[in-house]
Amino acid sequence: MAAQQSEFGGDRVKRGLAEMLKGGVIMDVVTAEQAKIAEDSGAVAVMALERVPADIRAQGGVARMSDPDLIQQIIDTVSIPVMAKARIGHFVEAQVLEYLKVDYIDESEVLSPADYVNHIDKWKFTVPFVCGATNLGEALRRINEGAAMIRSKGEAGTGDVSEATKHIRKINSEIRALSSMSEDELYVAAKEHQAPFALIKEVAATGKLPVVLFTAGGVATPADAAMMMQLGADGVFVGSGIFKSGNPEARAKAIVKAVAQFTDASVITEASRGLGEAMVGINVSDLPAPHRLAERGW
Amino acid sequence: MREHVETLNSLGVNPVEVRTLEQLAHVDALVIPGGESTVIDKLTRLFDLADPIKKRIAEGMPVLGTCAGLIMLADSLSDGTSDQQTFGGLDVTVRRNAFGAQVDSFETSIEMPVVSSTPVAATFIRAPIIEHVGPRATVIAQLADGTVVGAQQDNIIGISFHPEVSGESRIHKYFLNVVADALGSSER
Repeated sequence: MAAQQSEFGGDRVKRGLAEMLKGGVIMDVVTAEQAKIAEDSGAVAVMALERVPADIRAQGGVARMSDPDLIQQIIDTVSIPVMAKARIGHFVEAQVLEYLKVDYIDESEVLSPADYVNHIDKWKFTVPFVCGATNLGEALRRINEGAAMIRSKGEAGTGDVSEATKHIRKINSEIRALSSMSEDELYVAAKEHQAPFALIKEVAATGKLPVVLFTAGGVATPADAAMMMQLGADGVFVGSGIFKSGNPEARAKAIVKAVAQFTDASVITEASRGLGEAMVGINVSDLPAPHRLAERGW
Repeated sequence: MREHVETLNSLGVNPVEVRTLEQLAHVDALVIPGGESTVIDKLTRLFDLADPIKKRIAEGMPVLGTCAGLIMLADSLSDGTSDQQTFGGLDVTVRRNAFGAQVDSFETSIEMPVVSSTPVAATFIRAPIIEHVGPRATVIAQLADGTVVGAQQDNIIGISFHPEVSGESRIHKYFLNVVADALGSSER
């Protein structure tokens, strides 16, 4: 019997890469130099973007996909996977990122949305997508559109981890609730979560999302990152928390260490010592509603 | 990792996770899963696991490495990062990310006669290849174009791809036979 032909861009390949990133830290970078520091510090992947969320917040204006030159330089500099952000619904930015051969596209609420009704039809792409979610229904709608990885949103660019905590807890508690429902109750659950019944049924049966679930948004310290892992995240995205801190390299290494041994208080304690200044934070409760990025996504 | 556990469970084996020296001391054999080899290298050195793992492999502990696991088992890398180290044990030279970016990742089936007379399912995710096979290692898997994607040296098996992602259990079954032989001969 002859071996078969190869198939590119199938679910197993797309979701599989995210599986390989589990237990790791993905770091936001805006330059090739930062990408190199992230790789040397033990990041499992880097996320290329034009400005880190804290700067997007401070400077305002429309935030878009990065310049292709910058993304290309980052791809050429590191050997770990390179992710890059496209605006919600901006399928042409996604086409550009696929052409550049990034390893994952983040359809991200951190950038200014390009479409206030539709998200990108992610099934049309060979490159896999990660999308943000604040609850189970939003996660399943993104998976239904073809997302191969989910990250809970948190509130990016604040250094305040409370929203990340809220979202990962919410997603996991909603999954637990589904697992205890009888089959006839799942129809109503699908209606309430505004999610396809088939995915609701799958989550109820397996007790987990069909894709890897990372946490993002406001993680600034090794203890923040380890807390997200103890709350059930498969891994952590760190945005402004690293390159807006006093000593990015030391902080990046410390967060990687804490995530690798997230239940060991001695490791987390050692990792937390002498890191210099953490990023200056903004309390999410002080943010007026229109500036809350997590509310973008439909 | 999770899929390796599920595959081994389906074969009647209950693996444990190895994150510490104590856990390493308790196991008879090791599966090194996929992931980022640069990160596996850094973390095993950081937590003082790299030398003990090298020592156990040198003493004959059976090991199966998939994807990044193959990279960690290779005696040499043709394109490692500047300070990248491996556990070694398998007399091969490996090239990382040999197929390109994620859009070049693929699923296929390949001939693997030591494992089965019918092709095995294989998922290649930013996969490495074996560029050179030394005299102590044997080729056990090749793509249709002859690219070497699996090699074995005594109790050490390294493959470029992920059988566990495809729900393929025959390679794990083959590895368990290697483990059983190794344990049997050490008891005699």
